[in-house]
Amino acid sequence: MTEAVPSYLSPTGQEIVFLLLGAVAVGSALLVVTTKQLVHAALWLVLCFGALAGGYLVLTAEFVAWVQVLIYVGAVIVLLLFGIMLTRAPIGRSADLDSRNRPVAALVAVATAAVLVTVVIDAFRTAYTPLTPGGGAASELGASVFATWVLPFEALSVLLLAALIGAIVLSRTDIRGTTQPESPAPTPPRPPTEPSSSAATHGDTVEPPTSSETATSDHGGAVTPPGDRQGGATSDETGGA
Amino acid sequence: MLDVALSFAVILVVFLVLPLIVGQTEHKVMAHMQSRLGPMYAGGFHGWAQLIADGVKFAQKEDVIPAAADRRVFMIAPGVALVPYLVVLIAIPFDRDFVAVDLSLGLFFVLAVMGVGVLGSIMAGWASANKYSVLGGMRSAAQLMSYELPLVLAAASVAMAAGTLSLPGIVEAWQWWWLPWQAVGGVVFFVAGLAELRRPPFDMPIAESEIIMGPMTEYTGMRFALFMLAEYAGIVVLSFLTTVLFLGGWHGPFLPGWLWTLVKVFALAFVVIWLRVTYPRLREDQLQKLAWAVLVPLALFQLALTGVVKVLV
Repeated sequence: MTEAVPSYLSPTGQEIVFLLLGAVAVGSALLVVTTKQLVHAALWLVLCFGALAGGYLVLTAEFVAWVQVLIYVGAVIVLLLFGIMLTRAPIGRSADLDSRNRPVAALVAVATAAVLVTVVIDAFRTAYTPLTPGGGAASELGASVFATWVLPFEALSVLLLAALIGAIVLSRTDIRGTTQPESPAPTPPRPPTEPSSSAATHGDTVEPPTSSETATSDHGGAVTPPGDRQGGATSDETGGA
Repeated sequence: MLDVALSFAVILVVFLVLPLIVGQTEHKVMAHMQSRLGPMYAGGFHGWAQLIADGVKFAQKEDVIPAAADRRVFMIAPGVALVPYLVVLIAIPFDRDFVAVDLSLGLFFVLAVMGVGVLGSIMAGWASANKYSVLGGMRSAAQLMSYELPLVLAAASVAMAAGTLSLPGIVEAWQWWWLPWQAVGGVVFFVAGLAELRRPPFDMPIAESEIIMGPMTEYTGMRFALFMLAEYAGIVVLSFLTTVLFLGGWHGPFLPGWLWTLVKVFALAFVVIWLRVTYPRLREDQLQKLAWAVLVPLALFQLALTGVVKVLV
């Protein structure tokens, strides 16, 4: 990392592509936070992640690049879009996407960027390393992860496992400490004489609720199993391909 | 340079022709399985030109964009659905020494890029401004998230067995006894891939009898044709991947290697069509249950089996 610095005046093709990808990443990231359309923000994020993956590729970190596409574009964005569409995803501009925290958020963002840029510039200054193809291949990465960085790797695994177990505990209601009885106590059936007598006195045409009401209250909290529903099982017969 | 240009030309031809052949095969195979004849008139001989006629018809149709739709997203969604499959073909080996780009991380590249295709379906579903389309888009997203995991786990098993992530390297390392060894992983990969393509019996997102083709409800003309092409290109890519990873690619007696690859690909494409005609559509909860309660444990079992055998042998 301490080789002579080549001149910046004649950039290589790699450097130019890297700069362009950086511009795309920053530009699309700005669009993510400034667009007034909720779903467009998520889609601009796809472009941002894609440009990041391209940046990794240029830096010969192939494995990280494809993982970036697989995890972030393929899974995180899809999850995000799913969440947005599940709650609200209006087409067109939403007026209420800005909050009063906007200046503060901008301040925090600029400050964070300034700290990061200062640290990186101060740490590396004119250090230069030539990029050798294959440095980011799976075998190299695997060897260093399981030899040099095995402790952080295991710690991260435990963290992820804890998060997984936490998600399961949160989503399952049947493994709390104190289990409540499944079916609530059935409400006592109303005395059948009262409504029929009132109907008789008023001369209304109200149906006597005896049979239907007692039937439902007898069932109590019994839930029909979801398997009872007939599936929408229709094989395509006409072949609309 | 000429080599690269030639291989890209071959890939483009494969990309344009194989989906059409698979589509025509689907017409005829489905018809005969249902005691029908299928297309018989277009082109004269057993309706061989039916899909070409369909293409002409699609090209003539008006390109309608709903007034309430998000125009830009609506317009680029078919491209997002189609292009990943074209890109994936670049890394797939057809024969020994016949692959356009031999990526050292080919397997990861292929899985990563294939996952992007689903974004097209989600974008189309949202941008159509149609409640059925949104439902279809959300179902696509939910389905992708559940089936991506068994897909990647099953593929990882093969990568472990071969000791490489390069697709030609995996085929090179393949032995005949991998067939029983990796059988569980192969089935999991194929089924999860089918689900990712939203093919029957996993076509909940486009279920035409309840949500009217889901994300594609509002599409007409060429854009709809692009979605159709994406579906069949997806079948071709999935068959290629299963062939390369689990069925030994170009390995086989007597015939030349590229022909073996094609034979295996078409056999798998036939199975895809067969499954469509045979099984009723899975309900949403059955779909999720199959992914999490059956396929993921099976894929993990296959991973463990691969590891044990790899250490012992």
